Amino acid sequence: MKQQLYGYRRPDGSVGIRNYVAIIPVDDISNAACEAVANKIQGTIALPHPYGRLQYGEDLELHFRTLIGTGRNANVAAVIVIGIEEKWAKRIADGIASTGKPVAMFSIEGQGELETVRQASWKAQEFVQYATEIKREPIELSELKFSIKCGESDTTTGLASCPTLGQLVDRLVDAGSTVFFGETSELTGGEHLIAARCANDQVRDKFMHIYHAYVEQIASQGVDLLGSQPTEGNIAGGLSTIEEKAMGNIEKTGTKPVVDALKPAEAPTEKGLNFMDTSSAAAECITLMCAGGAVLHFFPTGQGNIVGNPIEPVIKITGNPKTAKAMKEHIDVDVSGLLSHEMNLQEATNLLEDVMVRTINGRFTVAETLGHKEFVLTRLYPSA
Amino acid sequence: MHKFLIHKRGDHVGVATQDISKNETVTGVYMDDNSSVEVTARADIPLGHKIALVDLSPSDDVIEYGQVIGVTTSQWTVGDYVHTHNIKSKRW
Repeated sequence: MKQQLYGYRRPDGSVGIRNYVAIIPVDDISNAACEAVANKIQGTIALPHPYGRLQYGEDLELHFRTLIGTGRNANVAAVIVIGIEEKWAKRIADGIASTGKPVAMFSIEGQGELETVRQASWKAQEFVQYATEIKREPIELSELKFSIKCGESDTTTGLASCPTLGQLVDRLVDAGSTVFFGETSELTGGEHLIAARCANDQVRDKFMHIYHAYVEQIASQGVDLLGSQPTEGNIAGGLSTIEEKAMGNIEKTGTKPVVDALKPAEAPTEKGLNFMDTSSAAAECITLMCAGGAVLHFFPTGQGNIVGNPIEPVIKITGNPKTAKAMKEHIDVDVSGLLSHEMNLQEATNLLEDVMVRTINGRFTVAETLGHKEFVLTRLYPSA
Repeated sequence: MHKFLIHKRGDHVGVATQDISKNETVTGVYMDDNSSVEVTARADIPLGHKIALVDLSPSDDVIEYGQVIGVTTSQWTVGDYVHTHNIKSKRW
């Protein structure tokens, strides 16, 4: 019998599995105020980052979209936005407030940081008392958004952890969930396989346009990517070429149609499997997918990437028996039994699904217990 | 007990699921039909690294997962250790 899932229903109808009061800085120089509030008021979490000044054009739009999307994420109950200037802080606060969740905005110019921290702390205390009274309610898988991305991959990723996740992704899509995959450059050598799975010509054109633009940007640097993509860790784990890495990567996307190709941090309009244009760097990718609304991430790893995210729990899966043993504290699900045939793919998928259910219902992932909160914004080009 | 797996029939490489020693004759299992093959390793091949299942000439396409995953940069003999010293990407 399927286990009942419990989550948090937000005013806009979205459903989360965590219940954060987020303190979001608009810019680098507002980090200190956000951290001061989070240090004082228990039950809040600050999301410091190094950017937000003199950005422009599409890069600035992505900055707004990522911070607004993070605040809108259903794992967040209420938000405080602090910026140096009122205008940009208000733009982010307004973007979040349309969800109906409590949002307050403060700006530092004209009053200084101490006064801002005082005002924001009063509001944060009120928000924490609001959030801690929200109860978990019965929810359905179809109400949840998930994201997938692997890291420090090796050949066991393609043999075990990614095929396991691919089976689960198929189950989630069949259940009516939304699932994001991305890692644009890491599809190289298998982009034709994704293109063939696009639901229609319009999605296919969007996907191929995004793919070519990303790869042309890389090519324009005129450098050999061996050592960066695949990484030195990938190579140490036996992966020899980007095409081989891509094949393992694509295994985790399962077999369902790709219903849309999204910009980085863009919220989906279609349920099912959505491609999102992202870097293949773990923290950047998860941060963008979290901003797109994903509430739980699945992360296959071979050599042992240890990434986490402050808002979206990250479940780690490995098929590498050496990593499962040597880095046990970083692994939620060990499917290395697939290599030795001590376990079959259905058993591995059931094991992962069981951990997914327990994580949805509140059990911390190992990355959560270890305090991994990598919040990393993607930049498209230098600031003015 | 098998010591390597092969994704698909027709693949040019298998992937070691245990450390393999030079001159060791090891069994591999095809993941698509569970049939097996025996190969004698011509080098030490660590877990996760690849073993050649066919002889190939320089500049031949290399197939894994039933797809082209790169091109040879030297002559391959069955049982060779396959990695960045004798295969490279066709893309970058």
